[in-house]
Amino acid sequence: MTSPHEQKKRRINGTVVVTANRLGDGAVVYRTMDDDWTTDIASAAVVAAPAAAALLQRAEADGIRAVGPYIAPVELAHDQRVLPGNLRERIRVAGPTFVLPGTGQECARYAEATLALPGAA
Amino acid sequence: MYRYDELDQALVDQRVAEFRDQVRRRLVGELTEDEFKLLRLLNGVYLQLHAYMLRVAIPYGTLSSEQLRMLGHVARRYDRGYGHFTTRQNIQFNWIKLEEMPDTLADLAKVGLHGMQTSGNCVRNITTDQWAGVAADEIEDPRIWAEVLRQHCTLHPEFTFLPRKFKIAISAAAHDRAAVKVHDIGLRLIRNGAGDVGFEVLVGGGLGRTPFIGKTIKPFLAKRDFLSYIEAILRVYNQYGRRDNIYKARIKILVHELGAEKFADEVEKEWNEIREGDLRLDPAVVEEVSARFVYPAYENLGDNPPELARARKEDRSFAAWLDNSVANHKQPGYAIVTLSLKPTGGPPGDATAQQMDAIAELADRYSFGEIRVGHEQNLVLPHVAQRDLPQLWQRLEALELATPNVGLVSDIIACPGLDYCSLANARSIPVAQELTQRFRDHALARTIGRLHINISGCINACGHHHVGHIGILGVEKNGEEFYQITLGGRADENAELGTLLGPAVRYGEVADVIEDVVAAYVELRERPEELFIDTVKRLGVEPFKERVYAAR
Amino acid sequence: MPLVKSGRIVKDSFVRIADDAPVPDGVPAIVTGDRFIAEAAALTQRRAALGVVWPNNRPVAQLASYLDSIALIGLVFPLFRDGRAYSQARILRERYGFRGELRATGQVLRDQFLFMLRAGFDSFEVTKESDAAAFVESTKRFDVFYQPTGDGRTTVASRRLGRAVPARNISSRNC
Repeated sequence: MTSPHEQKKRRINGTVVVTANRLGDGAVVYRTMDDDWTTDIASAAVVAAPAAAALLQRAEADGIRAVGPYIAPVELAHDQRVLPGNLRERIRVAGPTFVLPGTGQECARYAEATLALPGAA
Repeated sequence: MYRYDELDQALVDQRVAEFRDQVRRRLVGELTEDEFKLLRLLNGVYLQLHAYMLRVAIPYGTLSSEQLRMLGHVARRYDRGYGHFTTRQNIQFNWIKLEEMPDTLADLAKVGLHGMQTSGNCVRNITTDQWAGVAADEIEDPRIWAEVLRQHCTLHPEFTFLPRKFKIAISAAAHDRAAVKVHDIGLRLIRNGAGDVGFEVLVGGGLGRTPFIGKTIKPFLAKRDFLSYIEAILRVYNQYGRRDNIYKARIKILVHELGAEKFADEVEKEWNEIREGDLRLDPAVVEEVSARFVYPAYENLGDNPPELARARKEDRSFAAWLDNSVANHKQPGYAIVTLSLKPTGGPPGDATAQQMDAIAELADRYSFGEIRVGHEQNLVLPHVAQRDLPQLWQRLEALELATPNVGLVSDIIACPGLDYCSLANARSIPVAQELTQRFRDHALARTIGRLHINISGCINACGHHHVGHIGILGVEKNGEEFYQITLGGRADENAELGTLLGPAVRYGEVADVIEDVVAAYVELRERPEELFIDTVKRLGVEPFKERVYAAR
Repeated sequence: MPLVKSGRIVKDSFVRIADDAPVPDGVPAIVTGDRFIAEAAALTQRRAALGVVWPNNRPVAQLASYLDSIALIGLVFPLFRDGRAYSQARILRERYGFRGELRATGQVLRDQFLFMLRAGFDSFEVTKESDAAAFVESTKRFDVFYQPTGDGRTTVASRRLGRAVPARNISSRNC
């Protein structure tokens, strides 16, 4: 929910990733440790908040592949799996929180994501 | 139905070629995102949470069946099989790749559709009454004027980089179905004392962070001055609208800060310089545009034919739908049919590709090939012969487009909200879905009567919550979704902003609170025919507040 | 920053003079708007051409009485999306009949060239070399225009009604 503008203003504590949208198709992507982008949050570079600025800077310089990078909170599950850290990021992982018209089935990624979250609504 | 000529078509085709080149330059890095963003917005291409979104213009909400089929094709070929109709009579596709936008726009261009100026700091889609051309109470068809103005504002070299977006609406009846009072410019077709038809011009209406009702700055504008006067307003705004703060950049702020009178004076000064120039509107120009609006060759039919009378008597469901979704047409023997896109449990305003194809076919068969898009996110078949209503209803039922809830509590207007939109603070669609479940009993909804619920997922108010009878605004508090509820807003000729009911309510409680508000209304109304909006007007929000917050 | 005139990259014959520097004789010179207003009497006596760069938040009406003495007016796009100079350009051309060189300065990018031409600009301090090279091509993107401006391009309405091109063409150059 916290839009990137507000997330920039707020200081985010805890663990974070840098996320953006892929230029060509708009897909949600996460910055990796080796200056690449991945669509899988599990492969994202997870850093403590103070180190995020540097990661973000390198991401911003990569405007040919991804658009609008920002710092997003994540949580680490007890088994160290990386989980989105707020509702907005959950939606970016899993898609809209309802059945899309015409699909006739629950959006599979969402089902996975909600199961994974502690205290998911 | 406006028919493009080869000049209109050429412009759209040239625009596709231009955008194709702009996308190419972006993808190879010749354009930075900062340089490209406004260019893509000027073609209706947004970047949302999960993907790019394309907003296709549906000028004054009028579509041909051929165009609707093409929208279905786009949904299938480039998107995920559905589209969303918006509060400004446009359609949005949520999943199209940037790489495929040029091809998408090229396909749309084949039937004269485009995304030009559906975003950006320019004049946006000019909206009007979805019953334009067929409503019994209109003075003349406002769409002709919307088209004249659309052309004037398309790729206008002076007004493509305004301080902020600019929204214009036109109505042509005493009962305003186009919400002109909450637009940057609102135009009302009226007759003056001498019986001439002209325009009342309002400016500075708008919702969002600082909502305002528009002020009349020109009580009567002659037709010949239509373009020059609007040009003067735009020029004053372009020069003096604020550029330092995007939250204070709309014309409503300029009008508020100068005062309506001073603003009107500035416009008058500018207008006097140009009113006798090139923009003085030649009636031949209007005639020419008007001639390309094709009206149906109606048959000579009588009202209430036997097929209709019989079906109404024999089938209660049909009768309920007839009473709810079918309105009087100015042509005897015909009817205006609203197709509800608000099925129980569904996301409001969406239609699948299959539904689009089917509606196109129904339009060909029953509505002279024409469909309308309403700002309340429903569709309309505007020219249905009354004798065809029973058969049409059967087909609509099968397509889940005949929910008899038009204008009722479950006919909810909602923005896409946090499920799609990167500006949102909270979700709106699931709230709407839950409310349609709570009020799925159509008999109950009928007894509640006309009640407009509007939901916005953030203060930008794309759901028009300020002017909902019940307005719901999503906000965020400490990582949780909360909702502020207002009562008593209205968007029509008596436009008013809603009043806050009480403290914001969490996501899980919104539906309960709304049920309590409705229950309070049923208890408080003087008689069953007193509409919700009138009970609120009569009593204020206090009695509602007492009942709703008593138990909480 | 390449200067484009008549579709070609050209050398600038004008020199920009800082506010605190003396304005040389015999050289086409551009001064700021503030300086021009302060020293108008003297500057308008110059024999060599005079240019003024005028800010986009100041009414061009203040220049109206001097236009016969000004050879060039530079208008400013601080960011390409700040469109105030389009109005200024049209007012100078269409209301005051300015016939001199009207130059676009600031962030001047390829995708706005045609709008600028239509508004009355005839020279461009183009931000990117690649855009300057693509000038002519980019002005050919559209040949259909709905609105009349002072550029004399036939409007759609005129074509539909079969009328001749309107007599009023106050652009002073071939674009």
